[in-house]
Amino acid sequence: MTGKTISEKILSRKSGQDARAGDLVVCAVDCALGTDGSVPMALDYFAQMGGERLHDPARIVFALDHYVPPSSAKTAGLHQRMRAFAALHGVALHDVGEGIGHQLIVETGRALPGDLVVGADSHAVTYGALNSFATGIGSSDLAAIMITGQIWLRVPQSIRITLTGRLTAGVYAKDIALALAETLGADGAAYQALEFAGPGLQHLELEDRLVLSNLAVEMGAKNGIFPADAQTRAYLAGRTAQAFEAVDPDPDAAYSREIVLDLDALTPRIALPHLVDRVVPLQEAAQIPVQMVYLGTCTGGRLRDFHQARDVLKAGGGVAPGVQLVVTPASREVQDAMEADGTLADFVALGAEIVPPGCGSCCGTCGVIPGDGVNVVSTANRNFKGRMGNASASIFLASPASCAAAAVRGAITDPREITP
Amino acid sequence: MTALVLRGRARLFGDDVNTDYIISSTRKRESLDPQVLRQYLFEGIDPAFAASVVPGDLLVAGKNFGCGSAMEVAVTTVLGAGIPAVLARSFSRTYYRNAINNGLLPIVCDTARIGAGDWLAIDGANGMAVRNETTGETLLPEPLPPIMQAILAAGGLVPYIREHGRFVV
Ligand code: SF4
Repeated sequence: MTGKTISEKILSRKSGQDARAGDLVVCAVDCALGTDGSVPMALDYFAQMGGERLHDPARIVFALDHYVPPSSAKTAGLHQRMRAFAALHGVALHDVGEGIGHQLIVETGRALPGDLVVGADSHAVTYGALNSFATGIGSSDLAAIMITGQIWLRVPQSIRITLTGRLTAGVYAKDIALALAETLGADGAAYQALEFAGPGLQHLELEDRLVLSNLAVEMGAKNGIFPADAQTRAYLAGRTAQAFEAVDPDPDAAYSREIVLDLDALTPRIALPHLVDRVVPLQEAAQIPVQMVYLGTCTGGRLRDFHQARDVLKAGGGVAPGVQLVVTPASREVQDAMEADGTLADFVALGAEIVPPGCGSCCGTCGVIPGDGVNVVSTANRNFKGRMGNASASIFLASPASCAAAAVRGAITDPREITP
Repeated sequence: MTALVLRGRARLFGDDVNTDYIISSTRKRESLDPQVLRQYLFEGIDPAFAASVVPGDLLVAGKNFGCGSAMEVAVTTVLGAGIPAVLARSFSRTYYRNAINNGLLPIVCDTARIGAGDWLAIDGANGMAVRNETTGETLLPEPLPPIMQAILAAGGLVPYIREHGRFVV
């Protein structure tokens, strides 16, 4: 018998069985997130299932992030319903303005190495950066977890992504993720896990890893998981008091495929409208005019992202006329840190519109909506037609630095052309 | 349980149909009711679809159907329009799960030779074999694992949990 991948090991632990790729197992869930986009429907399922009390309220978290601020009586009503349910059942609820649910799960130390953490939202894959088996589910699954504490899962095969070398100046984690989308395609990892490995990991900070795990679902992956190391432990120190047991793959684990990516050779990438895997070297898209630049989301709304963008904006002399720059921190913690170190003031001085923490413009349910025919360059993870609330806008996806370079020139620009 | 037989016209879609194309996430702000949402089904990519759909119609798509968001209205709205099954070369995993959990039959098969408007008959007694009555071809999908069969047979996760109170393997 060969050894096991990280995913096989975690699902073995959580199911109490010898779980191998392809097996169907019922697992105990350590933590499950629901958002205002998914909980209202989950509460309907919960009632229909005959749910009366929660299996374990301490394992459930609600976040109000998709409709922030609520823009209609209906969405405000959804929030009221969630608050009432959370209060009644003792569920932790992150209210409007605290941030994006995925970021809060990570910041509050609820996604731990070796744990099974799910979220009723596709980008729950983000927590894989912390060595959690993390995957997105629907509202009905969330309701069943609330009642039973369990989920059925098919144990995924794993694709090993081996990173070698080190990113060069002007190239970032987002470029790695886009390069993987280019290689794998939008369904190239369907039903499978991405398991990151290799000497390149030591140079990737935890915030970089979150970007890679976050985008795993855009290749169809069930989860995108990293081993835990000193960086993981340093990030979690002070965020949780709970003990955890990190999981490494066995040396003889079986993979369906291995992709080796040399970070030294990587250049900036950009995804063209309207598919995440329509990725080209950014230089091939250079000169395309840009009218809106969006910095935020659960992919690119963290402190490190804003630092990278701010540095390019400053080096380039500010925002070009005719470009709307919108900034949405992923959480209040991020916003507070931006305030404390002057990043927020820098963006205000640059003329950016600052939107309170949350999903913002990402999925078109709130925030600033692009005008007709506008080209947007965004740090987000999706560029489907209509994604930001206007089907006649075109969305390009790139790193925070590439987004900033586009804001500086009013056109898609290689950030390496703008140096301090 | 009597063996399921479904018969309907093929309604064709291409590759990578994401959940927002099925039903725009901006629509679910105002209502989660499938009978309300069904009038917006596929509005962005096929504006005439919602008005032309006939109960019993079958969706037929290429690869990666239901990619993008995990929002479950992308399944309940399809069911609300009277569509009982989706045939695709592959599904995004969240769409696949949500389909099973709501009793929408997801069938993974090679859909390349199915034409628009072909009459299809799905035979539950024969492993969900899909007979294309228009071309005479029969497609044999991959069998479903027992737990998925059990949830589908119960009519979805709601009746399943009501019956068992937990997951039984
Ligand atoms: S920021 Fe965007 S991708 Fe992330 S959870 Fe919110 S809507 Fe989804």
